[in-house]
Amino acid sequence: MPEVSGADTAWILTSSALVMFMTPGLALFYGGLVRSKNVLATIMQSFFALGLVSVIWMVLGYSLGFGPDHGKLIGDLSFFGLKDVGAEPGPFAATIPHSAYMIFQMMFAVITPALITGAFAERMRFRGYVLFMALWSIVVYSPLAHWVWGGGWLGLGDGNVQALDFAGGTVVHINAGVAALACILYMGKRKGYGKQAMHPHNIPMVITGAAILWFGWFGFNAGSALSSGGLASAAFVNTHLGAAAALLGWIIFEWARNKVPTTVGAATGAVAGLVAITPAAGFVEPWAAVVIGFAAGAICYAAVSLKPKIGYDDSLDVVGVHMVGGIVGALLTGVFATATISGLDPSLDGLAYGNGVTQLGRQALAVIVTLAFSFVMTLIICWIVDKTVGLRVDEDAELEGLDLSQHSEAGYTFVEVGTLTSAGHAASMGSTMTPGKTEETVR
Amino acid sequence: MKLVTAIIKPFKLEDVKESLRGVGVQGMTVTEVRGFGRQRGHTEVYRGAEYQVDFVPKVKIEVVCDDMEVQGVVDSIMKSARTGKIGDGKIIVSDAEQVFRIRTGEAGRDAL
Repeated sequence: MPEVSGADTAWILTSSALVMFMTPGLALFYGGLVRSKNVLATIMQSFFALGLVSVIWMVLGYSLGFGPDHGKLIGDLSFFGLKDVGAEPGPFAATIPHSAYMIFQMMFAVITPALITGAFAERMRFRGYVLFMALWSIVVYSPLAHWVWGGGWLGLGDGNVQALDFAGGTVVHINAGVAALACILYMGKRKGYGKQAMHPHNIPMVITGAAILWFGWFGFNAGSALSSGGLASAAFVNTHLGAAAALLGWIIFEWARNKVPTTVGAATGAVAGLVAITPAAGFVEPWAAVVIGFAAGAICYAAVSLKPKIGYDDSLDVVGVHMVGGIVGALLTGVFATATISGLDPSLDGLAYGNGVTQLGRQALAVIVTLAFSFVMTLIICWIVDKTVGLRVDEDAELEGLDLSQHSEAGYTFVEVGTLTSAGHAASMGSTMTPGKTEETVR
Repeated sequence: MKLVTAIIKPFKLEDVKESLRGVGVQGMTVTEVRGFGRQRGHTEVYRGAEYQVDFVPKVKIEVVCDDMEVQGVVDSIMKSARTGKIGDGKIIVSDAEQVFRIRTGEAGRDAL
């Protein structure tokens, strides 16, 4: 039986906590980018995932993703309810407890669907969001995680595609990004989009969120070494350099084209770099991380700038940052991957290391499979949610804002106005109450 | 000289601004305000305590114009701010004794 390493376990548990912190970071990042009447609803769409997806993952999601393989397509129910997931190492990391590996993966499962919420921000019905997240986690995230990391057909291993994805370029970012595209094509634009101003209401909150994401991403990428030591350190260094170079790349192009360097641009550029370096973090040399980051900053800036011309309403640019950035990173991994960093077989080296386009082709195939699978499945889920509990809020609720219409709360109070109702008194005295309904629509 | 004050639904501001530009209004002042008329407010819930909030977010627009232009300004706001639903707001017209442009010291019509 392999021996559990204290150092490895300490790093993976620390990394799990770092990745957990990314979801509230994302909540602030997205929350600051929306209009003030939707700040709470937007934060809730990330924060709630910590509750919902964690429990789904514990019951079913982990087993489907990482349980014993069936036909290279899906895990079975051996780990249902975390049965046999304990102190002994599991099948995917020999030196840490299975439970540590599971909780690390859980944090990825939580943040991935939360990333999608930026696309349909400011118009999604809360109960529709809940059903969407639950279905998407089970039928899109778990299978794709299995294909790439859980012994399925896209990942490493004999007879597989042998695509490289260190920490989630396909599974997390391309997956969430293309799902975002499917959602917005299905749901349509926000009311008034293209006519009324819809700019960020709290940019300091955006920067705070981006900083938390950057911080948490060290756990996301360096933790994906599944050990502490040289590989984790390489991934850590590359993660930072990818973000740094992308921040510069975005600002250089923005400054040249829009004549002004913006703080939202700096934050978005850094996130684009973190996205792009994710699949490559443990496979490339530091100079290549700089190239990947810079390319991601420039290309994602171009993608986001093209959005108004294409005409779809991706509220917070999930497609332009996560899908495009994820594709840049996944493909460039096939260019810059090297055995000297990864410790893997040299047959997995990239174009720049004399392996021709072999690995680049494998990366491209994984990208195409991810795009197609996630897009189609997400459209089906949107249709199911739409026909059952409803996807989109009605026009009045959208104009009023989702904070009041979906949650009966206001993000910012002007002066403390309002009277405690009798129902409210009853509740505060400890007896039961029926939640109040808005008497009449207000905006 | 008249001061036209309009209380409107916030999301109508762009429409009203464009409409007023269309009738030759050169400038205006806007303020975010809260208030209530016939429109009921909403409930908010914090940790189970439920509050009735009657004050609803609105936008206040102030435009100073020549006596001759008042009807056009009022009609323009009336048309562009209307949704037909309760809570569309009010327009108040009052006398403005004098207007000055600070930079030049011009007064009256010339200062508009």
